[in-house]
Amino acid sequence: MAAAPATSVQGTARTSSLIAIIADEDTVTGFLLAGVGNVDLRRKTNYLIVDSKTPVKAIEDAFKEFTTRDDIAVLLISQYIANMIRFLIDSYKKPLPAILEIPSKDHPYDPTHDSILSRVKHMFSSDPAGPIGRG
Amino acid sequence: MSGSGQRLNVVPTVTVLGVVKARLVGATKGHQLLKKKSDALTMQFRQILKRIVQTKESMGDIMKSASFALTEAKYTAGDNIKHIVRENVQSATIKVKAKQENVAGVKLPKFEHFTEAGESKNDLTGLARGGQQIQLCRSAYVKAVELLVELASLQTSFLTLDEAIKTTNRRVNALENVVKPRLENTISYIKGELDELEREEFFRLKKIQGFKKREVERQRKKKFEEDQVAEIDWEKTHTKGFGSDLLVPEAQKDEDIIF
Repeated sequence: MAAAPATSVQGTARTSSLIAIIADEDTVTGFLLAGVGNVDLRRKTNYLIVDSKTPVKAIEDAFKEFTTRDDIAVLLISQYIANMIRFLIDSYKKPLPAILEIPSKDHPYDPTHDSILSRVKHMFSSDPAGPIGRG
Repeated sequence: MSGSGQRLNVVPTVTVLGVVKARLVGATKGHQLLKKKSDALTMQFRQILKRIVQTKESMGDIMKSASFALTEAKYTAGDNIKHIVRENVQSATIKVKAKQENVAGVKLPKFEHFTEAGESKNDLTGLARGGQQIQLCRSAYVKAVELLVELASLQTSFLTLDEAIKTTNRRVNALENVVKPRLENTISYIKGELDELEREEFFRLKKIQGFKKREVERQRKKKFEEDQVAEIDWEKTHTKGFGSDLLVPEAQKDEDIIF
Protein backbone atom coordinates (compact mmCIF):
# COMPACT_ATOMS: atom_id res chain seq x y z
CA MET A 1 0.00 0.00 0.00
CA ALA A 2 1.09 3.54 -0.56
CA ALA A 3 1.72 6.02 2.18
CA ALA A 4 -1.22 7.13 4.27
CA PRO A 5 -3.41 9.54 2.35
CA ALA A 6 -2.64 13.15 2.96
CA THR A 7 -5.70 14.35 4.75
CA SER A 8 -6.39 17.95 5.48
CA VAL A 9 -9.62 19.47 6.54
CA GLN A 10 -10.43 22.85 5.24
CA GLY A 11 -13.55 24.85 5.86
CA THR A 12 -15.41 26.38 3.00
CA ALA A 13 -17.28 29.62 2.83
CA ARG A 14 -20.47 27.65 2.32
CA THR A 15 -23.24 28.65 4.66
CA SER A 16 -25.36 26.16 6.49
CA SER A 17 -27.77 23.96 4.60
CA LEU A 18 -31.00 22.22 5.41
CA ILE A 19 -32.09 18.62 5.71
CA ALA A 20 -35.14 17.78 3.61
CA ILE A 21 -37.52 14.96 4.41
CA ILE A 22 -39.99 12.96 2.37
CA ALA A 23 -41.68 10.50 4.71
CA ASP A 24 -44.87 9.43 6.39
CA GLU A 25 -46.59 11.62 8.92
CA ASP A 26 -45.07 10.16 12.08
CA THR A 27 -41.49 10.23 10.85
CA VAL A 28 -41.85 13.78 9.63
CA THR A 29 -43.40 14.82 12.95
CA GLY A 30 -40.48 13.32 14.82
CA PHE A 31 -37.92 15.14 12.72
CA LEU A 32 -39.85 18.37 12.92
CA LEU A 33 -39.87 18.00 16.68
CA ALA A 34 -36.11 17.67 16.58
CA GLY A 35 -35.94 20.99 14.78
CA VAL A 36 -35.22 20.05 11.20
CA GLY A 37 -38.23 21.72 9.63
CA ASN A 38 -37.99 24.98 7.82
CA VAL A 39 -40.59 27.23 6.26
CA ASP A 40 -39.35 30.07 4.14
CA LEU A 41 -40.96 33.38 3.33
CA ARG A 42 -43.01 31.98 0.51
CA ARG A 43 -44.37 29.25 2.82
CA LYS A 44 -42.29 26.65 1.08
CA THR A 45 -41.46 23.74 3.33
CA ASN A 46 -38.46 21.48 3.27
CA TYR A 47 -40.52 18.40 4.04
CA LEU A 48 -43.29 16.44 2.39
CA ILE A 49 -45.75 14.33 4.29
CA VAL A 50 -46.79 11.32 2.28
CA ASP A 51 -49.94 9.42 3.11
CA SER A 52 -52.02 6.92 1.20
CA LYS A 53 -53.75 9.70 -0.74
CA THR A 54 -50.58 11.39 -1.98
CA PRO A 55 -50.14 10.82 -5.70
CA VAL A 56 -46.81 9.58 -7.01
CA LYS A 57 -46.59 12.67 -9.17
CA ALA A 58 -46.47 14.87 -6.07
CA ILE A 59 -43.65 12.77 -4.63
CA GLU A 60 -41.74 13.00 -7.87
CA ASP A 61 -42.17 16.75 -7.98
CA ALA A 62 -41.06 17.11 -4.38
CA PHE A 63 -38.03 14.91 -5.02
CA LYS A 64 -37.07 16.94 -8.06
CA GLU A 65 -37.56 20.19 -6.19
CA PHE A 66 -35.52 19.10 -3.18
CA THR A 67 -32.69 17.80 -5.31
CA THR A 68 -32.45 21.01 -7.30
CA ARG A 69 -32.70 23.44 -4.39
CA ASP A 70 -29.22 24.56 -3.46
CA ASP A 71 -29.89 25.10 0.24
CA ILE A 72 -30.53 21.41 0.85
CA ALA A 73 -27.58 19.18 1.62
CA VAL A 74 -29.25 15.97 2.75
CA LEU A 75 -32.53 14.47 1.62
CA LEU A 76 -34.09 11.84 3.84
CA ILE A 77 -36.66 9.65 2.16
CA SER A 78 -38.61 6.76 3.59
CA GLN A 79 -37.72 3.56 1.92
CA TYR A 80 -41.23 2.58 0.87
CA ILE A 81 -41.62 6.00 -0.74
CA ALA A 82 -38.23 5.61 -2.36
CA ASN A 83 -39.45 2.37 -3.86
CA MET A 84 -42.30 4.27 -5.52
CA ILE A 85 -39.91 6.57 -7.32
CA ARG A 86 -37.03 4.11 -7.59
CA PHE A 87 -36.34 5.00 -11.20
CA LEU A 88 -35.77 8.64 -10.22
CA ILE A 89 -33.45 7.73 -7.38
CA ASP A 90 -31.47 5.28 -9.46
CA SER A 91 -30.98 7.85 -12.19
CA TYR A 92 -29.87 10.44 -9.66
CA LYS A 93 -26.10 10.63 -9.83
CA LYS A 94 -25.06 13.87 -8.17
CA PRO A 95 -23.21 13.77 -4.84
CA LEU A 96 -25.08 16.79 -3.51
CA PRO A 97 -27.64 16.69 -1.99
CA ALA A 98 -27.03 13.28 -0.52
CA ILE A 99 -30.03 10.97 -0.64
CA LEU A 100 -30.60 8.74 2.33
CA GLU A 101 -33.18 6.04 2.56
CA ILE A 102 -34.51 5.66 6.06
CA PRO A 103 -36.75 3.03 7.54
CA SER A 104 -40.26 4.03 8.50
CA LYS A 105 -42.40 2.78 11.31
CA ASP A 106 -44.76 0.63 9.29
CA HIS A 107 -42.21 -0.60 6.81
CA PRO A 108 -39.15 -2.42 8.10
CA TYR A 109 -35.86 -1.53 6.54
CA ASP A 110 -34.78 -3.72 3.67
CA PRO A 111 -31.11 -3.25 2.80
CA THR A 112 -31.47 -4.98 -0.56
CA HIS A 113 -33.63 -2.18 -1.92
CA ASP A 114 -31.24 0.60 -1.03
CA SER A 115 -29.54 1.97 -4.15
CA ILE A 116 -26.32 2.83 -2.38
CA LEU A 117 -26.17 -0.19 -0.13
CA SER A 118 -26.69 -2.56 -3.02
CA ARG A 119 -23.69 -1.01 -4.74
CA VAL A 120 -21.69 -1.29 -1.54
CA LYS A 121 -22.63 -4.93 -1.08
CA HIS A 122 -21.92 -5.63 -4.73
CA MET A 123 -18.42 -4.26 -4.34
CA PHE A 124 -17.80 -6.18 -1.15
CA SER A 125 -18.94 -9.53 -2.36
CA SER A 126 -18.34 -9.94 -6.07
CA ASP A 127 -15.14 -8.00 -6.40
CA PRO A 128 -12.57 -8.91 -3.76
CA ALA A 129 -9.92 -6.84 -5.53
CA GLY A 130 -12.05 -3.76 -5.04
CA PRO A 131 -12.62 -1.07 -7.62
CA ILE A 132 -8.99 -1.38 -8.73
CA GLY A 133 -9.89 -4.44 -10.73
CA ARG A 134 -12.42 -2.54 -12.78
CA GLY A 135 -11.92 -0.29 -15.77
CA MET B 1 -3.38 -4.79 -25.92
CA SER B 2 -4.77 -2.05 -28.00
CA GLY B 3 -1.67 0.13 -27.85
CA SER B 4 0.88 -2.29 -29.32
CA GLY B 5 1.91 -1.90 -32.89
CA GLN B 6 1.21 1.78 -32.81
CA ARG B 7 3.72 4.53 -32.80
CA LEU B 8 3.83 8.24 -33.06
CA ASN B 9 4.26 9.75 -36.48
CA VAL B 10 7.68 11.33 -36.13
CA VAL B 11 10.81 11.90 -38.15
CA PRO B 12 13.47 9.44 -37.02
CA THR B 13 16.26 11.72 -35.87
CA VAL B 14 18.45 11.83 -32.81
CA THR B 15 16.73 14.99 -31.56
CA VAL B 16 13.27 13.46 -31.76
CA LEU B 17 14.63 10.36 -30.04
CA GLY B 18 15.71 12.53 -27.12
CA VAL B 19 12.32 14.22 -26.97
CA VAL B 20 10.44 10.92 -27.05
CA LYS B 21 12.70 9.45 -24.39
CA ALA B 22 12.00 12.44 -22.16
CA ARG B 23 8.28 11.91 -22.72
CA LEU B 24 8.59 8.25 -21.79
CA VAL B 25 10.32 9.22 -18.55
CA GLY B 26 7.51 11.68 -17.85
CA ALA B 27 4.85 9.09 -18.62
CA THR B 28 6.52 6.56 -16.33
CA LYS B 29 6.70 9.04 -13.48
CA GLY B 30 3.09 10.09 -14.02
CA HIS B 31 2.02 6.46 -14.05
CA GLN B 32 3.78 5.81 -10.75
CA LEU B 33 2.21 8.87 -9.14
CA LEU B 34 -1.27 8.05 -10.39
CA LYS B 35 -0.90 4.50 -9.16
CA LYS B 36 -0.02 5.82 -5.72
CA LYS B 37 -2.98 8.17 -5.80
CA SER B 38 -5.26 5.33 -6.80
CA ASP B 39 -3.92 3.24 -3.91
CA ALA B 40 -4.48 6.04 -1.43
CA LEU B 41 -8.02 6.60 -2.69
CA THR B 42 -8.79 2.90 -2.56
CA MET B 43 -7.61 2.71 1.01
CA GLN B 44 -9.89 5.56 1.98
CA PHE B 45 -12.68 4.01 -0.05
CA ARG B 46 -12.52 0.72 1.82
CA GLN B 47 -12.61 2.46 5.18
CA ILE B 48 -15.68 4.38 4.07
CA LEU B 49 -17.33 1.22 2.78
CA LYS B 50 -16.83 -0.47 6.10
CA ARG B 51 -18.23 2.49 8.01
CA ILE B 52 -21.22 2.82 5.69
CA VAL B 53 -22.24 -0.75 6.31
CA GLN B 54 -21.84 -0.35 10.07
CA THR B 55 -23.76 2.92 10.17
CA LYS B 56 -26.56 1.63 7.98
CA GLU B 57 -27.01 -1.29 10.29
CA SER B 58 -27.12 0.88 13.38
CA MET B 59 -29.52 3.26 11.64
CA GLY B 60 -32.27 0.66 11.85
CA ASP B 61 -32.02 0.46 15.64
CA ILE B 62 -31.84 4.21 16.14
CA MET B 63 -34.86 4.83 13.93
CA LYS B 64 -36.77 2.13 15.72
CA SER B 65 -36.10 3.66 19.12
CA ALA B 66 -36.99 7.11 17.76
CA SER B 67 -40.30 5.84 16.42
CA PHE B 68 -41.00 4.19 19.72
CA ALA B 69 -40.27 7.41 21.57
CA LEU B 70 -42.69 9.22 19.27
CA THR B 71 -45.36 6.66 20.00
CA GLU B 72 -44.82 7.14 23.70
CA ALA B 73 -45.08 10.87 23.29
CA LYS B 74 -48.25 10.52 21.29
CA TYR B 75 -49.71 8.27 23.93
CA THR B 76 -49.02 10.66 26.77
CA ALA B 77 -49.57 13.98 25.04
CA GLY B 78 -52.45 13.00 22.83
CA ASP B 79 -52.59 12.42 19.11
CA ASN B 80 -53.04 16.06 18.21
CA ILE B 81 -49.41 16.68 19.13
CA LYS B 82 -48.46 16.33 15.49
CA HIS B 83 -50.68 19.21 14.51
CA ILE B 84 -49.09 21.42 17.13
CA VAL B 85 -45.64 20.41 15.98
CA ARG B 86 -46.47 21.10 12.35
CA GLU B 87 -48.02 24.42 13.15
CA ASN B 88 -44.96 25.55 15.03
CA VAL B 89 -42.44 24.95 12.28
CA GLN B 90 -40.64 28.16 11.45
CA SER B 91 -37.00 27.90 10.73
CA ALA B 92 -34.69 24.96 11.14
CA THR B 93 -32.65 24.81 14.30
CA ILE B 94 -30.69 21.77 13.19
CA LYS B 95 -28.74 22.47 10.07
CA VAL B 96 -25.79 20.95 8.33
CA LYS B 97 -22.59 22.57 7.32
CA ALA B 98 -20.68 21.26 4.33
CA LYS B 99 -16.96 20.99 4.78
CA GLN B 100 -14.41 19.63 2.40
CA GLU B 101 -11.84 17.02 3.12
CA ASN B 102 -8.93 16.62 0.78
CA VAL B 103 -7.79 13.07 0.12
CA ALA B 104 -4.94 12.88 -2.39
CA GLY B 105 -6.30 15.79 -4.38
CA VAL B 106 -9.91 14.64 -4.33
CA LYS B 107 -12.26 16.92 -2.47
CA LEU B 108 -14.70 14.96 -0.36
CA PRO B 109 -17.73 16.76 1.01
CA LYS B 110 -18.24 16.24 4.69
CA PHE B 111 -21.37 17.28 6.52
CA GLU B 112 -21.47 18.43 10.07
CA HIS B 113 -24.69 19.10 11.85
CA PHE B 114 -25.00 21.94 14.26
CA THR B 115 -27.80 23.39 16.33
CA GLU B 116 -28.60 26.96 15.69
CA ALA B 117 -29.20 28.95 18.82
CA GLY B 118 -32.66 30.33 19.21
CA GLU B 119 -35.86 29.35 20.85
CA SER B 120 -38.26 27.43 18.73
CA LYS B 121 -41.92 27.37 19.55
CA ASN B 122 -41.68 23.63 19.93
CA ASP B 123 -39.80 24.11 23.17
CA LEU B 124 -43.08 24.68 24.90
CA THR B 125 -44.89 21.82 23.23
CA GLY B 126 -46.34 19.43 25.71
CA LEU B 127 -46.17 21.83 28.61
CA ALA B 128 -49.60 20.73 29.67
CA ARG B 129 -49.24 17.02 29.18
CA GLY B 130 -46.45 14.55 28.49
CA GLY B 131 -43.65 17.10 28.33
CA GLN B 132 -40.97 14.69 29.44
CA GLN B 133 -41.91 12.11 26.85
CA ILE B 134 -41.80 14.77 24.18
CA GLN B 135 -38.34 15.88 25.25
CA LEU B 136 -37.20 12.25 25.15
CA CYS B 137 -38.70 11.86 21.72
CA ARG B 138 -36.99 15.02 20.57
CA SER B 139 -33.59 13.88 21.80
CA ALA B 140 -34.13 10.49 20.16
CA TYR B 141 -34.80 12.18 16.84
CA VAL B 142 -31.85 14.55 17.29
CA LYS B 143 -29.69 11.49 17.77
CA ALA B 144 -31.18 9.98 14.63
CA VAL B 145 -30.41 13.18 12.72
CA GLU B 146 -26.80 13.06 13.92
CA LEU B 147 -26.44 9.54 12.65
CA LEU B 148 -28.18 10.26 9.37
CA VAL B 149 -26.00 13.29 8.71
CA GLU B 150 -22.91 11.19 9.31
CA LEU B 151 -24.28 8.55 7.01
CA ALA B 152 -25.04 11.17 4.38
CA SER B 153 -21.49 12.45 4.42
CA LEU B 154 -20.17 8.90 4.21
CA GLN B 155 -22.46 8.17 1.32
CA THR B 156 -21.46 11.33 -0.53
CA SER B 157 -17.80 10.52 0.01
CA PHE B 158 -18.48 7.05 -1.27
CA LEU B 159 -19.97 8.34 -4.51
CA THR B 160 -17.29 10.97 -5.02
CA LEU B 161 -14.47 8.55 -4.28
CA ASP B 162 -15.98 5.93 -6.53
CA GLU B 163 -16.00 8.40 -9.39
CA ALA B 164 -12.48 9.63 -8.59
CA ILE B 165 -11.09 6.11 -8.40
CA LYS B 166 -12.67 5.21 -11.72
CA THR B 167 -11.13 8.27 -13.38
CA THR B 168 -7.74 7.63 -11.84
CA ASN B 169 -7.74 4.00 -12.84
CA ARG B 170 -8.74 4.94 -16.35
CA ARG B 171 -5.77 7.27 -16.50
CA VAL B 172 -3.41 4.69 -15.02
CA ASN B 173 -4.54 2.11 -17.55
CA ALA B 174 -4.34 4.57 -20.42
CA LEU B 175 -0.77 5.47 -19.51
CA GLU B 176 0.20 1.86 -18.96
CA ASN B 177 -1.48 0.30 -21.97
CA VAL B 178 -1.59 3.05 -24.58
CA VAL B 179 0.80 5.91 -23.99
CA LYS B 180 3.81 4.00 -22.73
CA PRO B 181 3.77 1.23 -25.38
CA ARG B 182 3.33 3.84 -28.05
CA LEU B 183 6.33 5.81 -26.84
CA GLU B 184 8.37 2.63 -26.52
CA ASN B 185 7.41 1.61 -30.04
CA THR B 186 8.41 5.03 -31.29
CA ILE B 187 11.76 4.79 -29.56
CA SER B 188 12.49 1.35 -31.02
CA TYR B 189 11.34 2.57 -34.42
CA ILE B 190 13.66 5.56 -34.30
CA LYS B 191 16.53 3.39 -33.08
CA GLY B 192 15.96 0.88 -35.84
CA GLU B 193 15.78 3.62 -38.40
CA LEU B 194 18.97 5.21 -37.11
CA ASP B 195 20.73 1.83 -37.20
CA GLU B 196 19.53 1.37 -40.73
CA LEU B 197 20.95 4.74 -41.71
CA GLU B 198 24.22 3.88 -40.06
CA ARG B 199 24.46 0.59 -41.93
CA GLU B 200 23.70 2.36 -45.16
CA GLU B 201 26.38 4.90 -44.46
CA PHE B 202 28.84 2.16 -43.56
CA PHE B 203 28.05 0.27 -46.72
CA ARG B 204 28.47 3.40 -48.78
CA LEU B 205 31.86 4.09 -47.22
CA LYS B 206 32.95 0.51 -47.87
CA LYS B 207 31.80 0.78 -51.43
CA ILE B 208 33.70 4.00 -52.00
CA GLN B 209 36.73 2.50 -50.37
CA GLY B 210 36.56 -0.51 -52.66
CA PHE B 211 36.08 1.71 -55.67
CA LYS B 212 39.08 3.78 -54.71
CA LYS B 213 41.18 0.70 -54.15
CA ARG B 214 40.23 -0.66 -57.54
CA GLU B 215 41.02 2.66 -59.10
CA VAL B 216 44.44 2.70 -57.48
CA GLU B 217 45.02 -0.87 -58.56
CA ARG B 218 43.96 -0.08 -62.09
CA GLN B 219 46.26 2.88 -62.26
CA ARG B 220 49.09 0.87 -60.84
CA LYS B 221 48.50 -1.83 -63.41
CA LYS B 222 48.31 0.69 -66.18
CA LYS B 223 51.56 2.17 -65.09
CA PHE B 224 53.09 -1.26 -64.88
CA GLU B 225 51.93 -2.07 -68.38
CA GLU B 226 53.24 1.23 -69.65
CA ASP B 227 56.49 0.47 -67.98
CA GLN B 228 56.60 -2.93 -69.61
CA VAL B 229 55.73 -1.49 -72.99
CA ALA B 230 58.46 1.02 -72.51
CA GLU B 231 60.83 -1.78 -71.62
CA ILE B 232 59.89 -3.73 -74.72
CA ASP B 233 60.34 -0.67 -76.85
CA TRP B 234 63.66 -0.16 -75.25
CA GLU B 235 64.56 -3.78 -75.96
CA LYS B 236 63.35 -3.46 -79.53
CA THR B 237 65.47 -0.48 -80.19
CA HIS B 238 68.45 -2.25 -78.79
CA THR B 239 68.01 -5.51 -80.66
CA LYS B 240 66.92 -3.90 -83.87
CA GLY B 241 69.37 -5.56 -86.22
CA PHE B 242 68.43 -8.92 -85.00
CA GLY B 243 64.72 -8.50 -85.54
CA SER B 244 64.93 -6.64 -88.84
CA ASP B 245 67.14 -9.28 -90.30
CA LEU B 246 64.48 -11.77 -89.71
CA LEU B 247 61.61 -9.62 -90.82
CA VAL B 248 62.91 -8.01 -93.93
CA PRO B 249 63.01 -10.94 -96.36
CA GLU B 250 59.53 -12.04 -95.40
CA ALA B 251 58.12 -8.55 -95.79
CA GLN B 252 59.62 -8.37 -99.16
CA LYS B 253 58.14 -11.70 -99.99
CA ASP B 254 54.68 -10.63 -98.92
CA GLU B 255 54.84 -7.50 -100.89
CA ASP B 256 55.50 -9.58 -103.86
CA ILE B 257 52.45 -11.68 -103.26
CA ILE B 258 50.05 -8.85 -102.83
CA PHE B 259 51.17 -6.60 -105.55
